[in-house]
Amino acid sequence: MSAQDIIDQFAATGVQTCFHDRHINPQIYAGLNGSNWRLKDYESRGGYQALRKILGKDGSEPNAETGVAGMTQDQVITTVKESALRGRGGAGFPTGLKWSFMPRKFPGQKYLVCNSDEGEPGTCKDRDILQFNPHIVIEGMIIAAYAMGVSVGYNYIHGEIFASYDRFEEALEEARAAGYLGDKIMGSEFNFQLHAAHGFGAYICGEETALLESLEGKKGQPRFKPPFPASFGMYGKPTTINNTETFAAVPWIIRNGSQAYLECGKPNNGGTKIYSVSGDVELPGNYEVPMGTPFAKLLELAGGVRKGRTLKAVIPGGSSSPVLPASVIMECTMDYDSISKAGSMLGSGAVIVMDDSRCMVKALQRLSYFYAHESCGQCTPCREGTGWLSRVVDRIEGGTGRAADLDLLDNVAENIMGRTICALGDAAAMPVRAMIKHFRHEFVHHVEHKTCMVTANATNV
Amino acid sequence: MISDATKARFAKEVAKYPAEQAQSAVMACLSIVQQELGYVSSESEKVVADFLGMAPMAVHEVTSFYNMYNQKPVGKFKLNVCTNLPCQLRDGQKALHHLEHKLGIHMGETTSDGLFTLQQSECLGACADSPVLLVNDRKMCSFMSNDKLDQLVDGIRAAEGKA
Ligand SMILES: NC(=O)C1=CN([C@@H]2O[C@H](COP(=O)(O)OP(=O)(O)OC[C@H]3O[C@@H](n4cnc5c(N)ncnc54)[C@H](O)[C@@H]3O)[C@@H](O)[C@H]2O)C=CC1
Ligand SMILES: Cc1cc2nc3c(=O)[nH]c(=O)nc-3n(C[C@H](O)[C@H](O)[C@H](O)COP(=O)(O)O)c2cc1C
Ligand code: SF4
Ligand code: FES
Repeated sequence: MSAQDIIDQFAATGVQTCFHDRHINPQIYAGLNGSNWRLKDYESRGGYQALRKILGKDGSEPNAETGVAGMTQDQVITTVKESALRGRGGAGFPTGLKWSFMPRKFPGQKYLVCNSDEGEPGTCKDRDILQFNPHIVIEGMIIAAYAMGVSVGYNYIHGEIFASYDRFEEALEEARAAGYLGDKIMGSEFNFQLHAAHGFGAYICGEETALLESLEGKKGQPRFKPPFPASFGMYGKPTTINNTETFAAVPWIIRNGSQAYLECGKPNNGGTKIYSVSGDVELPGNYEVPMGTPFAKLLELAGGVRKGRTLKAVIPGGSSSPVLPASVIMECTMDYDSISKAGSMLGSGAVIVMDDSRCMVKALQRLSYFYAHESCGQCTPCREGTGWLSRVVDRIEGGTGRAADLDLLDNVAENIMGRTICALGDAAAMPVRAMIKHFRHEFVHHVEHKTCMVTANATNV
Repeated sequence: MISDATKARFAKEVAKYPAEQAQSAVMACLSIVQQELGYVSSESEKVVADFLGMAPMAVHEVTSFYNMYNQKPVGKFKLNVCTNLPCQLRDGQKALHHLEHKLGIHMGETTSDGLFTLQQSECLGACADSPVLLVNDRKMCSFMSNDKLDQLVDGIRAAEGKA
């Protein structure tokens, strides 16, 4: 066997994190088994029916008033608005509203971009969508392009998941060959070209304006906002960027209507959401459940806390979101509003579970290192501040921390927040403040006793 | 010099962008160079710059900004183990230590036979599969217990005649 064969054997063993029957009313992961990602499989699951519907190619009668079959651009955008779909990339911005910002009559080129740069620690949902259901993203993007009158789009895929990039290219070929992409789509007057691009290891390129810089062939350094991409985006042209999961939600909404989507979730939080559950659970993986599902239910789907241990804390929305102690998160439902009321963020939906054997100082140490490593260096508060945070947490963990260090951390974090170009600065600062707020005694113990109060009696660290 | 086959791969990437925006293909072209030559030398940067009509310095800014470009030669097999928090909670760090021990090198180093380079990496976007590692940028290996790590390393060594 060649070395490549050997590597391939191990490469093939992974990615099975969404093939289980523990989703609740799934819309994006429904019916996937790993080998049914091709165009014909997607079509047999009802794929491209939404596109047919908006283009009036689904055999339905023309509208009585207008005499035209299909949906207008406004009807598509209104439907998405009414569905209460919110951006799945982390900020939860209402998708229909964002689409309505695109200047409809702009004379030059406009762009549509899919953000598949998933790099927020804990998040691995977009990879499974791209790998096992790529056409749902393509269809969602075509519908978005139609609604906003855009003729060119790109999907920017995390460089570390190269297999998904290759697969997406293959799926694009299938869609072109079938006439779903290209000129005069399905015999209509609508043209849309879609291409795949990839990153190469820079977390910051998930930030939408850094992503645009990267797509333009530059370092991924974020731009000031405003102007938002809707007015100044790729090559300076109006651009709409949405997350992979956001686009993937669209075909279902068009097929089944905004009301059905809204009812599946809860008010102001439509539809299903995919949660990537990692850390101390029995069954780490991706779980697609309706918005508003109780956290306790999600934990149960993931098999509960590992080895029957006790839940200690959860980071509910990717490493950038503030940690919540067990008692708080157990009372939450998983949706933007409930998690935000509890003092954290739903973010990208990456649920990082920690049991009672975990040292919070050590957890924060790794995260602070990450943000210092990934700061793009443009703004002084972020570049210097993330370095400070990392070094101070490091010395507390290592047993050389000082009594004043806790206040120092708080102070440095406060000086980053709100003073930077992009949200990476806040993302580095918020976890620090939340950890110290909820688990101050552990930090104090580290400083006073030079050792850890938690891991001393724990077995699995 | 680049081969016609490589040029064809570059051209396919360039064709995705408006004619006056060939620079957009720089990320892809550099990763193609790395796949073919193992790393991105300054000569390669020059070749890519010429192909795309960019200043070599602008290409170098890209090579040096993104973590996955190798600016120096690396071992024939580059192993990147994720140790970020979600992976740390599921033995990511232990996998890295195991490989350090097995290969007899520290992270960041290359084995003396030139076969392996070992690196720590940030989130690969596969957190539920931990321990995970990336081989030569393009192959993700999931659920890599110590046993499987041993099989991977021993298998590659045997295949390369360095067992
Ligand atoms: N999925 C992942 O891997 C990661 C996700 N995140 C998440 O990203 C979030 C922050 O993202 P940002 O893009 O900085 O948030 P943001 O609030 O600036 O923007 C959200 C979206 O709405 C649009 N928008 C907002 N206000 C607008 C206006 N007035 N006009 C036009 N468009 C407008 C923006 O262009 C953007 O697409 C965090 O909450 C974090 O959870 C952070 C790191 C990684
Ligand atoms: C540091 C940073 C990293 C981000 N990474 C991602 C990402 O990997 N994927 C993503 O979709 N959004 C990411 N975002 C959010 C994007 O800037 C943007 O809000 C999102 O792509 C918009 O899509 P949505 O409205 O569909 O959520 C990141 C934001 C920041 C500040
Ligand atoms: S906040 Fe940090 S990552 Fe964002 S632009 Fe400033 S330096 Fe770069
Ligand atoms: S944290 Fe390791 S792959 Fe995401």
